[in-house]
Amino acid sequence: MDIDKKKKIEQYSKKVDLIFQDCEIKPLVDKILNMKPNEIINTITDSGLKGRGGAGFPTGLKWKGAADTFSDIKYVICNADEGEPGTFKDRQILQDKAMKVFIGMTACAKAIGAKEGFIYIRGEYNYLLPKLEKELGEFNRILKDKGFDFNIKIRSGSGAYVCGEETSLIESMEGKRGEPRNKPPFPVKQGYLNMPTVVNNVETLVYTVMVLRDGPDEFKKLGTKDSRGAKVFCVSGDAAIQGIFELELGMPLQEFVDLFGDGHTKAVQVGGSSGHCVPYKKFGETVIGFEGIPTGGSMMLFNSSRSMYHVLHNYLEFFEEESCGQCVPCRVGTQQLLKGIEAVKKGEKPASYLNELIKLAETMRVSAKCGLGQSVSNPFISIVDNFREEIIF
Amino acid sequence: MANMVNLKINDIPLKVSEDTTLLEAAKMLNIKVPTLCQHPDLLLAGNCRICVVEVKGSRTLQASCCTPVRDGMDVFTNTQMVRRSRRHTLSLLLSEHNNDCVRCYKNGNCELQALAMEYGIEGETFIDISGDTAIDMSSPSIMKDDSKCIKCQRCVRTCQELQQVSALAVAHKGNSIKLTTFMEKPLHFVVCTNCGQCVNRCPTGALIEKSYISEVWNALDDPAKHVVVQTAPAVRVALGETLGYDPGERVTGKMVTALRRLGFDSVFDTNFTADLTIMEEGTELLMRLKSALADKNPAALPQFTSCSPGWIKYIEHEFPDILDYLSTCKSPQQMFGAIAKTYYAQKSGIDPKDIIVVSVMPCTAKKFEANRPEMNSSGYQDVDYVITTRELGRMIREAGIDFKELEAGECDSLLGKHTGAAVIFGATGGVMEAALRTAYEIITGREVPFDNLNITPVRGMEGVREATIKIEGCVPDWSFLEGAELKVAIAHGLSNARKVTKQVAEGKSPYHFIEIMACPGGCIGGGGQPIPTSLDIRQLRMDAIYNEDGDLPLRKSHENPEITRIYSDFLGKPLSHKSHELLHTHYTKRKW
Repeated sequence: MDIDKKKKIEQYSKKVDLIFQDCEIKPLVDKILNMKPNEIINTITDSGLKGRGGAGFPTGLKWKGAADTFSDIKYVICNADEGEPGTFKDRQILQDKAMKVFIGMTACAKAIGAKEGFIYIRGEYNYLLPKLEKELGEFNRILKDKGFDFNIKIRSGSGAYVCGEETSLIESMEGKRGEPRNKPPFPVKQGYLNMPTVVNNVETLVYTVMVLRDGPDEFKKLGTKDSRGAKVFCVSGDAAIQGIFELELGMPLQEFVDLFGDGHTKAVQVGGSSGHCVPYKKFGETVIGFEGIPTGGSMMLFNSSRSMYHVLHNYLEFFEEESCGQCVPCRVGTQQLLKGIEAVKKGEKPASYLNELIKLAETMRVSAKCGLGQSVSNPFISIVDNFREEIIF
Repeated sequence: MANMVNLKINDIPLKVSEDTTLLEAAKMLNIKVPTLCQHPDLLLAGNCRICVVEVKGSRTLQASCCTPVRDGMDVFTNTQMVRRSRRHTLSLLLSEHNNDCVRCYKNGNCELQALAMEYGIEGETFIDISGDTAIDMSSPSIMKDDSKCIKCQRCVRTCQELQQVSALAVAHKGNSIKLTTFMEKPLHFVVCTNCGQCVNRCPTGALIEKSYISEVWNALDDPAKHVVVQTAPAVRVALGETLGYDPGERVTGKMVTALRRLGFDSVFDTNFTADLTIMEEGTELLMRLKSALADKNPAALPQFTSCSPGWIKYIEHEFPDILDYLSTCKSPQQMFGAIAKTYYAQKSGIDPKDIIVVSVMPCTAKKFEANRPEMNSSGYQDVDYVITTRELGRMIREAGIDFKELEAGECDSLLGKHTGAAVIFGATGGVMEAALRTAYEIITGREVPFDNLNITPVRGMEGVREATIKIEGCVPDWSFLEGAELKVAIAHGLSNARKVTKQVAEGKSPYHFIEIMACPGGCIGGGGQPIPTSLDIRQLRMDAIYNEDGDLPLRKSHENPEITRIYSDFLGKPLSHKSHELLHTHYTKRKW
């Protein structure tokens, strides 16, 4: 890698350092425990923080929803079922900064009135457990010493992608098949064991801590109007440099590619297999953020040596297996999209069949039961639209 | 009291309670929204997505079956997006479905087929991805063909929620998802009770009864065979539904005529052996009470009824340690077979080896019961073939019989007479009521103290019901029961059965006699009854059963003259040696 590029990335990294920054744990816990619930919620709401798992739901609003629901029993769940292909940030956060995750959960507990919290961690990350359990033991003791009635436990997942969807995660925690629930009711009203529950991504929880420490204004200095703050990105694929980088939101994709690309980038898959594929000709007009293309962190770069047919094929194979299978548009739709591009490739179906498949993908977007089936249309339509000739020939 | 909300559906305003779903609200306006995974007896699933509607301001379509109304909602059920989505969903289902419709058992009574027609799905929209799957024919009651399964999970919800048996479950995910059994074993080798409630709720031909129609035709066509038929009480109040009548129509007389036209040599009635069951089972209960109260010996109380073969297999699997509590009486169907091949054979001078006994049952579990190895005390299999109400309807149609125009007929004598007490066996609580009408009279010499013999406390659709009957003025033989309070309970549907059976297993049951039927509503809601089923339909059939009882001249089993005759000519007395040999049975402890 050329020296210039490395320097540039270092400059960018210096600009933002929230997630992996060292913090003094006890003073931070004290500060948060001394805040009033509505003070916490207002601060988070004011910061404009949106969920970092991918869906981008305003975090303050979620906490308020659970806080406003009357119940003696409430839960906070940290979603560490990091399953989106190309995403590997939560693993790093839990490995390096687990204490900050626990503090974020504590802030939420204080805000909504929960006494119990869970970290739902994907089975593949079980190797993190010994360290995590040790740190959690320490943290639970700190809370106990401070007299705050909140206890965090760890639950290990069993390997279904759909369990990253919050209601499937809750079903899985209840010992059932990991399948999404019908919404409403939303988890903030009836979640785990039918009690009000907040489910937040690992990264989101750490940002809440930083917002509460530094105040909303500091956070708002970063990012754009629609995409406040920063985000941890997972750079993979044909990149000059791969890895985990915290960057401001609202960055133009061209700038990103200039920074991380290998000079031959023809497309970037923003947001993993359920995200959008942006072709090189749209790099300039695309902003990474909620006003443009949002991402849960995954940034996969593809250079000119890659076949976008194979990329799409790979994603669809993933979806047809990882669909929970209960709803028709997702279960059968994913299979048809895959069979469909295969048939077009082999010449068994005319190229115009792709138009039928795009219509099908549009139907899946509006009629599938959960985010999984709804978002299959993102990669499908963006790849077929932009790389049609690669699919056909 | 729920709050009322205002909304608009297709620009028509309406005001409904806030716990209403969009589907229910649309129905109130007579707007039809198609459904597949939704069933009135089951909890909501929201997984077929055929019932989607457009809600103004919402990014996605909403499944109307599981979306509650909200104030100010603006709902559209027939937009371009909705139609396209439904058509896509149907086309997707058809792409994974075995579309061999004209050769399907459910041809003409398939919800998927009906919707495909309604939405004009023609030709192949998507690539055929239906795979070859083996049909599970292991069970004598139920056939499972996964190639026709649309994964709506109605069967799973039926088995898990309604019956709490959980023989069926969802396995795997995505393109490999399967509605199947534990370890994907064949149905015959799991805890399936053969109740057939899944069959009643399957929208397609994936779950159907194992049909014995061709075996029955073969028997009827064989001049060397003397083929007799018995019909269960619940058949006569539901058969009409397969032949163009509304639910609740009684077609008893026409059914008898139709059976004769089909070629049965004698047309009898399971009601006859229902009356016989009361004599045997009622006496058995009194003997257990005597043993416990007068002789102070241990007795297996409460006594469970044993008429429902789904219930029998259930208790054999789930509570194998308390089988002694079951009445040892065979079910009326099996008693009939044993009597037909002994008493009837003797009286009519026919060699029992030439007699074929066919039963028409509202039930799929009866097919299993007829095949139980112990059911052959006459030296011959008690019952040869069991067909469901649905199969009889099919035979009548196939024979070209104009059912509605038939004259009413009467059953043949010897095994055909019955009382109202036997008829009500078809509804939950009926066996209890019939037993009480007779037992009370044996004990006190007087009729049960209820208006017109209608023991209303044991009737109804409540899942578990209980009643207490105070016994006063006993005849000398039963004076030890003077002042006793007979406590009885009734449960229908296996989830309710579990509640009362668990009490017995824990030694906490307060009852003396418990009636259990595996199916909701009793036999009128049986797994062999016409499809569809719902609480309303079952209620209409139940009303018809009680009307049939009320219209009969004899309403107490012990007053049936043919019952008196069989005891004087053949059996001797209830619980006699001969009765035990032919009419009683034993049970099997089953493993999981």
